[in-house]
Order: sequence, then structure tokens, then C-alpha cells
Amino acid sequence: MSEELPQTLRTTPLTDVHRKLGARLVPFAGWNMPIQYAGVVTEHLCVREKVGLFDVSHMGEIDIKGKDAQRFLQYLLSNDIEKMTDGSILYTLMCYEGGGVVDDLLIHRFSEDHYFLCVNASNTDKDYAWIKKNATSFDVTTKNTSAATAQLALQGPRAEEVLQPLFDISLHDLPYYHFKRGKVHNVEGIVSRTGYTGEDGFELYLPQGDVRQVFCALIRQGEPCGIQPIGLGARDTLRLEMGYALYGQEIDAESSPLEADLGWVVKFKKGKFIGSGPLLKQKEEGLLRKLVGLRLLTRGVPREHYRVLADGKPVGEVTSGTFSPSLNIGIGLCYVPSEHSITGARLEVEIRNQLIPAEVVKLPFVPSHVKK
Amino acid sequence: MEIQKDLLYTMEHEWIRLKGNRAVVGVSDFAQKQLGDVVFVELPTEGTELVKENTFGVVESVKTVSDVYAPLSGRVVAVNKDLETQPDLVNSDPYGKGWMIEIEVTDSSPEDGLMNSEKYTELCQQQG
Repeated sequence: MSEELPQTLRTTPLTDVHRKLGARLVPFAGWNMPIQYAGVVTEHLCVREKVGLFDVSHMGEIDIKGKDAQRFLQYLLSNDIEKMTDGSILYTLMCYEGGGVVDDLLIHRFSEDHYFLCVNASNTDKDYAWIKKNATSFDVTTKNTSAATAQLALQGPRAEEVLQPLFDISLHDLPYYHFKRGKVHNVEGIVSRTGYTGEDGFELYLPQGDVRQVFCALIRQGEPCGIQPIGLGARDTLRLEMGYALYGQEIDAESSPLEADLGWVVKFKKGKFIGSGPLLKQKEEGLLRKLVGLRLLTRGVPREHYRVLADGKPVGEVTSGTFSPSLNIGIGLCYVPSEHSITGARLEVEIRNQLIPAEVVKLPFVPSHVKK
Repeated sequence: MEIQKDLLYTMEHEWIRLKGNRAVVGVSDFAQKQLGDVVFVELPTEGTELVKENTFGVVESVKTVSDVYAPLSGRVVAVNKDLETQPDLVNSDPYGKGWMIEIEVTDSSPEDGLMNSEKYTELCQQQG
């Protein structure tokens, strides 16, 4: 048996800035990341009401170039890549042959023969290996640019107001799920109108070496708007209020994108792609279970792995749960048999040997304010 | 971080204000910082008999759930009902309005195993 060596935590170029801002840093996906600054609730509400800045430099970036780029990605990914235009972005899954999920990611199109993918931090190496393995019979070159690329997310109703004075290209006409190349505070980068919070906002891809000056400039610029740095704690409560899936919680190698309610990014009409056969079969045979949102009807907080019951009979377990700072109630996501997945269905969550009544609700838990 | 001098503390970060056979119990400033925003506090009812080192309640924050342990044995004679509607008092005033329960102590040597503020400061420094 080989003994695993203790892994050193990777750090973003902003670690000391986070410390100065009062962050508590914790290991996450192999990185030392800020989990919170002022507190999860304060930060969460700051993003919903004003604007917040996240260091998400742990996220991975993979570049795909070449004559066959579009054809390759159409085969590799579940969404319809062919319909993309230059400067557009799609949310998509990357599946295994059996239909399980390798990762969920954002694909950005520069041109028909050049794309870049933004992938989950914990999956970057696995994804890159999977992509290379499947690319052998295509005329493409792949490059994992994660180490050279830092990422910030500026999210909240006042995000455009904060970013525009520092960005040399108009954001006003940048639609949701589109990006532009330009200079942010004189640093060459990519700005996309995307996010993981359900608010309007942007994600910025910048060279590692320059991210610090951009981060600090955004904090200064955002001061009159009440900007705060936001940790991964609030990132999770914000995404959960939107019912967004998180890899490792709602989806993984064993789960079905269709059961996860991600059928909208699985496009069978485009033709064969990795995993399409088993997924199509699943669709035709009907789904046994479905991911739903649960709202607790009395006090309590559902947490990961808590049992969910229907009339006292176990039917599933919570995949993600939290106290919702916007709604002041416990909310969670859970796979339940299809017959219990209808909005309004009554279930129970077992919390410390007590059955707390819960209700299946339509997602998102709170209205989305993304700029459509 | 604030550590009050006149209090006793446990390894699990509860504080105890001991006067005669009465003890008021809460969680320390260090504990509330670690927990983050407290959203629910579950406490026993008055009259409940507590056994030293057994759990007497639960503190839920946004991100985590944590048991609280009886620092000594005895009977619960008062419960802070304000925490039902304002659980964040545990964060904003851990040694004051964020108190949790008052115990009528039955331990013959209640201070056994508890720390004074100097010892507790060392513990927090190690864990911080």
C-alpha cells in the first residue's frame, strides 16, 4: 500500500488581501480559500441587495482550438454547441459513456475553431484528462490554462455600475451568457455576464499576475455602492436559493442529468454525443426519481445526507441544504421518487430523530434577477 | 476575541457564571465566531435534569450544526426564551443577552474539569 503524501494547499494571488479583509480561510478543493469575511448572512444579503466581489481563482480553465473544435465539443458535451455564436456562452454537462456526469461547465466561443471551458476546481485535472483522451481522433489542441488564469465574480444589482468605469468596453449591451474581451483597470481579460448567484453580474478571467490590482480596484470603485468581499459560504447559500446544482452534491459520476432536472442542457436532437445512448434510453423509459426543492414548514435546517421521508417511509436524502438568508427558513435539494416530486407534495426531513414537515417547491426558491 | 475574566470555561467552549449553587451557561465569543451566523438554538425545558458533559442543546448556524454540552450536573431552572426569536444574540452578545440556561447545580465539586480564563485563553490560541 502506498501512503498518500500530505497535499500542499494551493493559494490564489489574493490570499494576503483576503486576510487583510478579515477572511477566514479554509481548504476547499485543494485550495486555501476564503469561506467568509463579515459573515455568511451579511455577505449573502449584500449580493442580493447591492454588490459583492468573489475570488474564484480556484476554478479551472481549458482552452480548445483547431479545425475540428466545434465538431469535437459537439461530441464531448451534452448541449448544442453548433448553435453558439462568437462571444456567446452555454451551460453544459460533460458526460461519461454511461450518462453519468464528468462535470458541469460553461463553454465560451471565441470563434468556430476556438473555445474555452470554465470547469469546477476539484474536477479540473480529471476533466482535462477526459478531454485529451477523447480528443485523439479530432484535429484539436487542448491546453489547461488554469494555473495562469485567475477568476473574479462581481455579482449583485449594482455590479454593472461598479465595473463599467473600470472596463474599456460598454457593458450595457452585453447580454446574459455573453462575454467580451477588453481591459479591466488596464489589465487584458475576459468579462462575461454570468454568475452563480441569481443576480445580475459578471465573471472576470484575468492573468494570475494582475488579478490583485483588479480586485483592489473593484473594491475601491465599489465602496460608494456598499461592495463587500464575499466568501464561499455565501456563494453556496446564494446558489442554493437559486436551486443551482453543485458538482459533488447534486451531480456526480453516478447521477443522471435528467433526474437532476438538467434535461434542458441535454440535446438529443443534435445527434450522438458521449452518453447520449443511455440517457435517451432513460428518457424513453421514464425517470424513477427527480431532484426537487424542499422548504421546511417549521424551524430547522436540512443538511447534506439528512433523510427525507414520505408518510414516515424513507424516500431520499438531502443533497444540499442550508438556512436561507433571504427567506429565513431551511431549504434543501433532494432526489425523491417521481410520485413525490410534484410541487406542493408533503414530505418530512429527519433532523436529530425528529420529523420536520417539508413541502416540495418550484425552483428557484427566490426569484432570479439575472439580466435576460 | 473577548474572554471574560470572571467566568469558567469548558473544552467545548461553553462559559459558566457560577454563583453559589446557580450557574448561568452560554457559549464563548470564540465559539460564536467559529459557528458563524446562528439561526436556531434548541434548549431544554425548565426542570430538565442535566448530566455533566452530556448534550443539553443544539446551535444551528447557516453553515453548521453544533451540540452544546452541560458543563456541570443539575436541574434547568431558567431558559433564555429570547433566543427563540433572536438567536443572533448568541453572536452579538455571547456573554450577556446570548446566555442559554441557568442550572441549579447538584455537583459537589462543580469546578472540576472547568478552566479559568487564563487556561481558556491558551486553548483558544491553540485552536485559533
